[in-house]
Amino acid sequence: MSQNKILKIEKELLDEFELFGDDWEAKYNYIIELGKTLPAMPNQYKTDDYLIKGCQSRVWLKADKENNLLHFMADSDALIPKGIIALLLKLVNHQSADEILNYDFGIINKIGLQQHLSPTRANGLVSMINSIKQYAKAQ
Amino acid sequence: MNENIQKIREQFPFIVQHPQSIYFDNAATTQKPIEVLQSIQNYYKNINANIHRGVHKWSILATEAYEAARKTVAQFINAQDPTEIIFTSGTTHSVNLLADCLFNTYFQSGDEIVLSIAEHHSNILPWQNRANKFGVHLKYATLNHLYQVDVNHLKSLVTEKTKLIAITYVSNTLGTINEVKEIIQFAHQHNIPVLVDAAQSIAHLKTDVQQLNTDFLVFSGHKMYAPTGVGVLYAQKKYHSYLYPLSSGGGAIIDVDLHKTEFADVPLRLEAGTPNIEAVIGLADAIHFINKNGGIHQFYLLEEHLKNYLYQRLFELQDQLDIYTTLQSPSVSVISFNVKNQHPFDVGTLLNNYGIAVRTGHHCTQPLMKHLKIQGTVRVSLAAYNTIEEIDRFIQALHKTIKMLL
Repeated sequence: MSQNKILKIEKELLDEFELFGDDWEAKYNYIIELGKTLPAMPNQYKTDDYLIKGCQSRVWLKADKENNLLHFMADSDALIPKGIIALLLKLVNHQSADEILNYDFGIINKIGLQQHLSPTRANGLVSMINSIKQYAKAQ
Repeated sequence: MNENIQKIREQFPFIVQHPQSIYFDNAATTQKPIEVLQSIQNYYKNINANIHRGVHKWSILATEAYEAARKTVAQFINAQDPTEIIFTSGTTHSVNLLADCLFNTYFQSGDEIVLSIAEHHSNILPWQNRANKFGVHLKYATLNHLYQVDVNHLKSLVTEKTKLIAITYVSNTLGTINEVKEIIQFAHQHNIPVLVDAAQSIAHLKTDVQQLNTDFLVFSGHKMYAPTGVGVLYAQKKYHSYLYPLSSGGGAIIDVDLHKTEFADVPLRLEAGTPNIEAVIGLADAIHFINKNGGIHQFYLLEEHLKNYLYQRLFELQDQLDIYTTLQSPSVSVISFNVKNQHPFDVGTLLNNYGIAVRTGHHCTQPLMKHLKIQGTVRVSLAAYNTIEEIDRFIQALHKTIKMLL
């Protein structure tokens, strides 16, 4: 039941991406713009403690748990990774740990972006997802 | 399309089979000509056996082909004797092997090694790891305004304690050619041996170890149209008495007792274990391919034409780009740049979507990145099978990429 919340957001995102069809430029433009909507992460958190290992660019991710909900903040020094993490946060931000851990993060495949992500990027994506899950598992 | 380039292009199945893709990552590894692909298949169909020990005809055939390859490589770099050619798994292995030997037999605590800040990690870590343990100090020459190793600064670093200078011929990140000949001459005036890292020069500049008068030289096969997994350590004969590595094994010996071993001569004592036989033979066939097509200098001339055009097109955009070389810098067909205020990763990812393979990141030269105060670069590296038309398509894609990121 609570799982439906993330899946519902995923469905909305997939509907938006459907409009782009095979137009990878449009998809990337969307991703890049999405990154720009991410609330600013205070510089004090852009440290090695919050750095996600395994990305060619630097991606920082921090989460706080409140009333069993996870509240994330993130940033990157590159636009595409920032857009990707923003996309993932659209799904998992302010959700419960259980919901996040039950979600399969299939969205990247479903929006047809996986084939356009280089191997290093794909690794970075895996690192981002692992990092989100670790925050959900913690405490 | 240039006729000579067309002729070379046709010999590369990867290029022929992917006409829509543009491969501009040749400094990482080159594509392989049909001759090398056939060589690998031929080896396993008609020769495959282990070398140097068997008395049967297959082992003899394999050994002959392997040792013939050593002669071919010796001729290719004009070594005096084939025993100066030691086969390794690649440049990284070559440097490590040499470091392993020299720290075993040559360096003493307090000695110094002079390198440059533009070295590939493979010509830093093998020295750094051991130097820290043995009390040996590393010193680094900086770059001049042409992005070359600053020879005057390098000279000023040399002292009585300097026991080796290890320097790259061509920067893998910047493409600039260093004045290795002048460095070697200076080093020899002070009785210091020199290692030249030729990984990035071997496919572009004619290598003559006698003319260079270098003491050691290392390179990889896969950056000069040969298979991966084979490299060379060239070591002048007068240094062979120093070449006893700490790590050893089968094939490297004459007689083994339980507590003492009599080792074979160089090169065999440095080639312990079964080597990458088909890659060694493939390296010889890559050299045949190069010679058949006019020799390295002919490749250089074709690439020089492409490079000049690429540089011209990129320097036209210099308001939007940070370019890490100058039009006056001696260089091979490699260039590094960034789109101003944009991460190289984003640029490389979008170029990939336009079908263009470039390298992004620190290129295993983090000290150089720190010197330039950047995270990384976008690196374009051309080979003689690339074309002017591909450069035009790349520039178009770069325009679109810049637009998407703004």
